[in-house]
Order: sequence, then C-alpha cells, then structure tokens
Amino acid sequence: MNQKIKQKTVFFLFRLFSFFIVGILVSILGFIVINGIRVISWDFLTKSPTDGMTAGGIFPAIVGTFYLVIGSLIFAVPLGVMSAIYTTEYAGNGYIVRFIRLMTNNLASVPSIVFGLFGMALFVNNLGFGDSILAGSLTLGLLTLPLIIRTSEEALKAVPDAYRSGSLALGASKLQTIRKVVLPSALSNILTGVILSIGRVSGETAPILFTVAAYFLPNLPQSIFDQAMALPYHLYVLATSGTDLEASRPMAYGTALVLIVIVLVFNLSATLLRQGLNKKFKQN
Amino acid sequence: MAQKNLLGKIIEKTAESLLTVSGALTTIAILFITIFLFKEGFGLFKTPAIEDGYGLYVNPENPVNQLYPLDVKNMYDEEIINWKEVGGTDWEIMVFRIDDVFDYYSDEDLGENYSLLPEKLGHIISDHKNIIAYVPEEFAPSAAQGAKEVKVLNTTVSDFFLGKEWLPTATPSPLFGSLPLILGTLLVSLIAIVLALPLGLGVAVYLSELADERMRKFLKPVIELLAGIPSVVYGFFGLVVVAPLVQKAFNLPVGETAFTGGLILAIMALPTIISVAEDAISNTPRAMREASLALGATQWQTIRKVVIPYAGSGISAAAVLGIGRAVGETMAVLMITGNAAVIPTSIFEPVRTIPATIAAELGEAPSGGQHYQALFLLGCILFLISMMISVVSEMVSKKKNYKSV
Amino acid sequence: MIKVKDINFYYGDFHALKDISIKIKPNTVTAFIGPSGCGKSTFLRLFNRMNDLIADTRLEGECLIDGKDIYGKSVDVDKLRKNVGMVFQKPNPFPKSIFENVAYGLRVNGMNDKKKIAQRVENSLISAALWDEVRDKLNKSAFELSGGQQQRLCIARALAVNPKILLMDEPASALDPISTSKIEELIHQLKEDYTIVIVTHNMQQAARVSDKTGFFMLGELIEYSDTKKMFLKPDKETTQNYITGRFG
Repeated sequence: MNQKIKQKTVFFLFRLFSFFIVGILVSILGFIVINGIRVISWDFLTKSPTDGMTAGGIFPAIVGTFYLVIGSLIFAVPLGVMSAIYTTEYAGNGYIVRFIRLMTNNLASVPSIVFGLFGMALFVNNLGFGDSILAGSLTLGLLTLPLIIRTSEEALKAVPDAYRSGSLALGASKLQTIRKVVLPSALSNILTGVILSIGRVSGETAPILFTVAAYFLPNLPQSIFDQAMALPYHLYVLATSGTDLEASRPMAYGTALVLIVIVLVFNLSATLLRQGLNKKFKQN
Repeated sequence: MAQKNLLGKIIEKTAESLLTVSGALTTIAILFITIFLFKEGFGLFKTPAIEDGYGLYVNPENPVNQLYPLDVKNMYDEEIINWKEVGGTDWEIMVFRIDDVFDYYSDEDLGENYSLLPEKLGHIISDHKNIIAYVPEEFAPSAAQGAKEVKVLNTTVSDFFLGKEWLPTATPSPLFGSLPLILGTLLVSLIAIVLALPLGLGVAVYLSELADERMRKFLKPVIELLAGIPSVVYGFFGLVVVAPLVQKAFNLPVGETAFTGGLILAIMALPTIISVAEDAISNTPRAMREASLALGATQWQTIRKVVIPYAGSGISAAAVLGIGRAVGETMAVLMITGNAAVIPTSIFEPVRTIPATIAAELGEAPSGGQHYQALFLLGCILFLISMMISVVSEMVSKKKNYKSV
Repeated sequence: MIKVKDINFYYGDFHALKDISIKIKPNTVTAFIGPSGCGKSTFLRLFNRMNDLIADTRLEGECLIDGKDIYGKSVDVDKLRKNVGMVFQKPNPFPKSIFENVAYGLRVNGMNDKKKIAQRVENSLISAALWDEVRDKLNKSAFELSGGQQQRLCIARALAVNPKILLMDEPASALDPISTSKIEELIHQLKEDYTIVIVTHNMQQAARVSDKTGFFMLGELIEYSDTKKMFLKPDKETTQNYITGRFG
C-alpha cells in the first residue's frame, strides 16, 4: 500500500510539473500577445520609430533583421552543406571524421556572446569591415553553421545507400551521384534545417551587439558596409535604455510580438515540414 | 553516359578539394576563435595596470619605485594613507590628479597649449616629497624637472582570477578582479540547475512513461516552442513580469537579483534537459521494464530502480548540457540580474555574470585597451567552460554503465 | 488451481483468443504449443496480467487462480505478479550485480533484513541450479554471465519472491542446446514446489518436459490433454497434423 501511495504522489507531482511548463509558455506568450497586439498596425510595421522611440514603427528593424538573416544564410548554407557532404560522403569513419564532428559540436556549444566578441575582433576590427551588415552576417553565419551542418548531415545520411550504388553502377562519378541523386533527395530535409536556423538567427542579440546593431538609423542601410537596426536589439534597447522607458514600453511589446511571431512561424514551419516529410517516407 | 573529358576531371578534382576544405571549416573556426580570444586577452598581463597614456610620478626622494594596482586604487580612494603601507617611508600620502594643478597655478601660468605644464608639475612634485601625481604622459615632468616615475605593475594572473574587485574604469588603476563575475555566474547557474533539473526530469519521466499519445503530441511542441523563444524576449518577460513579482514576494529593494536570473535561466534550460533526458529514458529496453514489473514492482519502483539508473548517462548528459546553456546565456541575464559586479552575499542581491559583463561593457571599452583585453580574457574563460562542457557531455553520454548500479 | 472459463481476448478489433477454457492442476508442468502467432504467449500473459501494459486490449471471460478472479476490481496487480512469476524469452537481467538482480524482487516488495535477503538469494540461486557457478562472484555484473547462465539467473530472480506459479515464455529459445537441456532439467526439479506453465514452439521440448499439453491454433485451444496421449494419439486431426509436421 505504501508503494502505491508513493507512486500516486510522485506521478501527480510529475503531471503537475508538466502542466506548470505549459503554464509558463502560456504566460510568456500571453503576456506578449496581449500587450503587443494593440500596438500592431500597418504603420507600426512600415514606419520608422519617432519621438525618441515612443511612437512610430519598427520597419527599419524588420528590414535589418531580414538582411542579416539572408546574409547569414549566404555564408552558412553553402559552406555548411559542403562540409556535411564532405563528412558523410567522402571522409569515411576514421578519427578525422570523429575529430571534425567533435569540433562541430564544440562550435555548437560556444555561447553567442563569444561569437559576438570574436566577430568584433576579426570582422569589425582586424579585417576592417567596421560595424556592418557584412560583419554581422559573417558572425551570425558562423553561429548558425553547426546547426546547418548537423541537419544537413542527417539529411544526407537519410538518403538510402541503394540510390548511391544504383548511380555509381551506371558509371556516374561520385560527384555526379551527389549532385544528381543524393542532394536532390536530401534537399527537403536540408531545407528544414535552413528554416530552423532562420528562426534561430532572427532572435539572436549578443552576436550583433558589437558587429552591426545600431540604436537608431535615420535611413535604411544601403550597402553591406552599413550598420543596421535589428529586431532583437531593438527590443533590448527599448526595454533597458532610451529616454523614457515607460513610454517606450508599448513599442517594446509590439517589437517582442513581431519577433516572436517571426521566430515561431519559422520554427513551426520547420517542424511541420519535417513531420510531413516523415509521413511521406512512411507511406513509401 | 557522361563524357569524361579533361576539363570535367579538373572540375571534379577542384570540387572535391573544395569539399575537403569545407569539412575543415568548423575546426578552422574553433582554431581562429581560440587564437583571437587568447591573443587579445593575454595582452592584459603585459600591460601596466594604469590607464593608457597616463603615468604616476613621485618625488625623487621617495624610495618607492613600483606599486601594485590594488595599492594604487586604495591610495587614491584614501584607504591607504601612509607611504609605509606600500613599502615607503613613514609619510602621509598626498594624492594629486592632473586637475589639481589649477589649485596651484592659473591658466596663464601654464603657458600656451599648456607648454609650461610639465615644468610646473615638476615644481609641485619637488615641493612635496610625499606626493603621488597621476598625470597624462604627454605632460609628464622629466627627471630633470624634478620627478620620478613610479612603475605600476601589470595585472597578474592571480589578480585577474582571484581579485575581488572588478573596476575596469577606475582611475588611475583599473582593477580587473574577475572573482565577483565568476561567482555571479556560478551562483545564477547553480540556482538555475537546482530548479530546472528536478523539474525537467519529472517532465521527462512524465513524457516517456506516463503521458498518453494525445498528451505527448501536445507537450512536445510546447517544449519546442519554449526552446525557440529568443533570449532577449525571456529577458523582457523577466524584467517586466518576474522581477517585480520577486520583489514583492520577498520584500526586496529591487527585483533584479541572482534569484530572478536563476529562475528565468531555469526555464531556458528546461527544454534541453527535458528532451535529452526523455530520449535517454525512452531508450531503456522494454524487456528490462517488463522484468521488473513481472516481479511485482510498481511502475514508479521500476522507473526509480531500473529505468533511471539505466538511462543514467543520458540524464547526466542532459544535466551537463543544461548547465552549459545556463552559463553561456547573455541577454536574459543582462536584463534581469541587476548590474552589480560585486561578490554576492545572498541570492536576493543583484549580480553580474561573465557573459553579461562582456555584453554590457564591450561597447565602452576602447579597442585594444586594457578593459578591452580584460573582456576578451573573460571571453576566454567562457569559451573554455563551453568547450569543457561539450567534451564532458560527449564523454558522459558515451559511457554505458553495465556495472552494478 | 488455475481455472479459465470462456476467455475471449481482443487486441483492438483483432480477436486474438477465442472461447478458451482450461484447468491447470498445482505442481504440474503444462506446455502450450502451436504455430507462431497462434496466441499462446498472449494467453500466458493473461495469468500475470502483463497484457495490461498494452493499450487498447479487451478481455471477456473468467480467469481464476485459487478460486479468485484475478481480473476483479479489488485485485492488487503487483501482489498478483509476486505470486505469479515470469521468465521471458530473451534473458533480461538488470544492469546490476548478480546478487542485486536476485535481491531486486525482495527489496521492491519491502524486505529489508540483510541476512534474510542473503539467505533467500542463496536459496533461489540453488533452486535455479546456478549457485555453484556464481557463489564467488555475486558482486560481479550480471552481464558477465553466459546466455544460459543469465537465463537461470532470471529464473532465480523470479523464484526469489516465492511465487506459486511460474510462467515461462519460450525460456530456452534463445539458448544453445546445452543450456537448453540444463533448463529443462531445472523445470523437472522445480515441478515439486511450483506450478509451471511453459510456452514453447519446440514440440520435442514440450514432450520432454510437461505433464499436460495444450495445442493452440489461430487463437483457439484445439486440444488439451496429457502430454503422452497428445503426442501418441491425439483426439483432433489438426493436432495430429501439427505434431507430425504437416504444417509448421
């Protein structure tokens, strides 16, 4: 009897924990949605901030985030996919591959502020790009590289060996096989990884603090050597600095809402895409 | 059938070498990061701990030739008031900053463009044998003009790692004692793990053992959503909702404390802990579970005595990764732990963590200066910690415990 | 001792067991034989309610052990499983020492006395004919034992909690011939103190080991009689066909 009571209590506790977690999510999302929704308007999304960030919109921040995301993908996707192709298709299983995997895991656990520090030292100062979209994109690209590599590796590994053998047996070279058979087959899963990393990059603040982010720019960035505003940095600034915190608060809620929507939309798309793909394979 | 001409072969070879190089990409990145961080960071130990472009000057009769940075700070804070406390003679210390020159001379006395300034400073110094003058090097009096430079020693390794005061902008001598930051980081992370680990394990057990399909399909996306929320949003939530709550609940002067930070970090670390632990637990072989149940053990006894020990390595990996997440977190912590770079005496006080310090101060630190270098050193510490965590979690999850458990 | 009447069992819509009635006497060895998928394992698992672990199942009919309905509302399932032990097809020792494996059932059921536990462990290992081989290495990991030894360890583990009935689900199918014969010998010895029900796909084993045999096919109990009779002169033609290998 004693054991039964213990079990009942413990299981009840665990069930409680799980509902608690749901509660946390609901409070955070609720907090942002409820407070942010009244601020959202067409103007909010398409105009610049005015009156010391207490009115206007967040358009430049949206644009800036957009540029940074594209920039980071330009660097991370080709390089990451190529790296994944190397480790899954060419490198075999010796300790070179294991070492590379270890390094990739290490890179994945580097805190985002260290990327910011490194990005500033290398791209902004050493290479002289200055605070720029270029420096920011490179830094963010580095941050997201392990994620792209990992998801691409999984995507490539999921392609059945039978496809490869079939292609090689017809006289195609290894490279042709990869290009014409393996990659197309893995493409949708690679895409899932890319979408996931968009969600991730949109929300990162620390890497852009010292490489590209600006508090306020009167004009939109014209070249990759310009600074840019960005949504996560904008939220940070609205919440902690600025001349009148109380008055900027509504803008902050709106920014948070837009940021969350973007991040969640991309994360959700990636998950749905992955589930959809799994279903397709199961039916086969 | 594909035509294999010479050009085609060259293209192939090039492409393949390109692929090989990109394989090394992450290794190169880690290498570069290490080099940059350490090169910049360790520069701190090679520089005298005095504001760049300034020097300390004393009367030539003063036997003291060099000073520790901590002593300089204490002298100018008037916590050290006698020269004998720093190895000199029994004279009361007279503290002098460059602005004090106007107590002695007028603007005209100093000549055009302050050309007579060094000479006048030399007079002041010769007149007061117990003086210590903090002066820009461009206006420094020479030995002929009656002054002797006192060397300020470099910040040492132990100064950095064991120093109790982090005052990077103090003049004349900045202090780079990272102990408050290290302790702050440890404190906040400890709170986070103490809260997140039991909670996360409980949810992991619930997910893998108790929840039905519907619940699982509902909970898993919830956890993924929590994982996807950006750090700055957590910080915002913590700042506007949690900090005031904590302030009210515990009757504190401010809500931005280590405890609040730990609370939010715990939430951020939860998804990692839950998914890794849940994975490990559900991979326990069914046969083992059935054997336990067939002996009359309850489900909870089976979980406690067979499943969890079996999944032990996976659960440890979850804990380690959770700690890693907490230690490296920047924005949320920056926004909600207050900003006191002092050694914490209770969990209800503001603290500063290492990542937050870097984020908060890097913008102000002049490039290449000591503050800059000190921040890079902090980055080195963070980098090393994250490498260790990555390696430890790999080792821990590979260990299969077949032995008595 | 075990009395089963008009049992029907469903996995979802699939009618896995059809109108089965059987009586099993104490201190006998009963074997269930039949082609794969015929329901014999499912039927075995009714007796210690291990089928409860599978979702979407339904049971109709009566299942009585010593006169009590084991599917009754007030039945303590954990206590039932103490009284009705089970040995599985593949040896499944816990990742613990040999001693702790056998002691597990005792600890879980509340026994704390170190001496008592040690004594029971020793007795169980003796009953399982494993004591001599492991007495010097009780603290070693169970995984260091061979497959046959691990299976005997699992038998000792099941015996330690003193069940009245021992269910064995193809206990030797994963073992080599020598270990198999050791297990069969063991069953002979255990018969004196326990009621044993064994599922096997090996007819010769059933013939060697059991007193009574039940032949299952497609969820039905085709025939149930004394083993000697079943193998020499079965009543039903289907039984005859199975035994003589007309179908597998």
